[in-house]
Amino acid sequence: MRMLLPHPLLSLSLFVLWLLLNQTVAPGPALLGLAVALIGGWMLKRIRSARLRVRRPLVALRLAGVVAVDILRSNIGVAQVIMGRRKKRHSGFIHIPLSLRDPRGLAALAVILTATPGTAWVEYDPEEGWLLLHILDLVDEEEWVRTVKHRYEQPLMEIFP
Amino acid sequence: MSQTLLHWSLLAAQLMLGLAFLCASWRVARGPRAQDRVVGLDTLYVNGMLLLLTFGIRSGTDIYFEIALVIALLGFVSTAALAKFLMRGEVIE
Amino acid sequence: MNHAAELPLLVAVPVAVLLLVGAALALTGSIGLLKLRSFYERLHAPTIGTSCGMSCILLASMLFFSVLQSRLVVHEILIGFLLIVTTPVTLMLVGRAALHRDRLEGSHKVPPSARPEDHAAAAQSDG
Repeated sequence: MRMLLPHPLLSLSLFVLWLLLNQTVAPGPALLGLAVALIGGWMLKRIRSARLRVRRPLVALRLAGVVAVDILRSNIGVAQVIMGRRKKRHSGFIHIPLSLRDPRGLAALAVILTATPGTAWVEYDPEEGWLLLHILDLVDEEEWVRTVKHRYEQPLMEIFP
Repeated sequence: MSQTLLHWSLLAAQLMLGLAFLCASWRVARGPRAQDRVVGLDTLYVNGMLLLLTFGIRSGTDIYFEIALVIALLGFVSTAALAKFLMRGEVIE
Repeated sequence: MNHAAELPLLVAVPVAVLLLVGAALALTGSIGLLKLRSFYERLHAPTIGTSCGMSCILLASMLFFSVLQSRLVVHEILIGFLLIVTTPVTLMLVGRAALHRDRLEGSHKVPPSARPEDHAAAAQSDG
């Protein structure tokens, strides 16, 4: 099984991508998609051997839900800022000490923070784990540090130990 | 009934997207710095892609979807390349 | 536009609403790109168009084509997935490039490093 499917998640997503592109589940394209998925998995195994394992699927699902709601909320917030509803606004950089070290977890955190309008990941210092974040509507620095650490970093550390 | 409703809402959506397209082009043209132009170009790509999707709904064909997919891919590659250039080009100078 | 004649009103209304909301959000993002004052503020604006604006228009397209062709048309998810994955990457790259350029020019508006200044000073006095 390990030989045939070195990266099951990647192979599955390649297969789904192939079916979506072809817009069919007929046996011919499906078989071809299966070949693409398997070969894709083998190719990634040749490039790097570390295998992605999602430890806590339930925590990951909950995090996805939290992120979706946050993106919706901050969309409204940033739209209000742009339309000029809030006059007294102050934007700036904040520094956040991270204890997350797993590269995949950091990548996930970066995608979450940048995909949310209103926060942008600017720089990360890998030696001591400092993260530089730019925030559009900065009210309370401490509050933001707490939000990032509790809302996103905690579940990510459980998912990628 | 639904035909007129869709016609007018599509027209309004396309006008708004066209306006968004113009805003992004203005940022590309004016700058003031290279990184502003790159962010403007990225937004331009996304707005163009969304505009093509609305054209797809108007014409009822799938062909626009494929163009939109290609634009989404090319937009990512070109913006990433430009960002890389901004970092490297400056180091060499 | 003749193909839309047989579309039931129950579908046409949500499609129209989703289209309008999506386009309005994309426009808001682009206006933000125009109005906000500094580069780092402008970095936040396009994400509105690529998160909610994009999802609304893709949902409208999925709904429209699924009812029109009376089968499940979901290949728009591909574009959505692609944009969600790639937008943060490009914005991060551009943000880092801008930070790098600003530091090279010696701008005082950007922090000198990812470490807070008191920590950086402490590290220097230790070394």
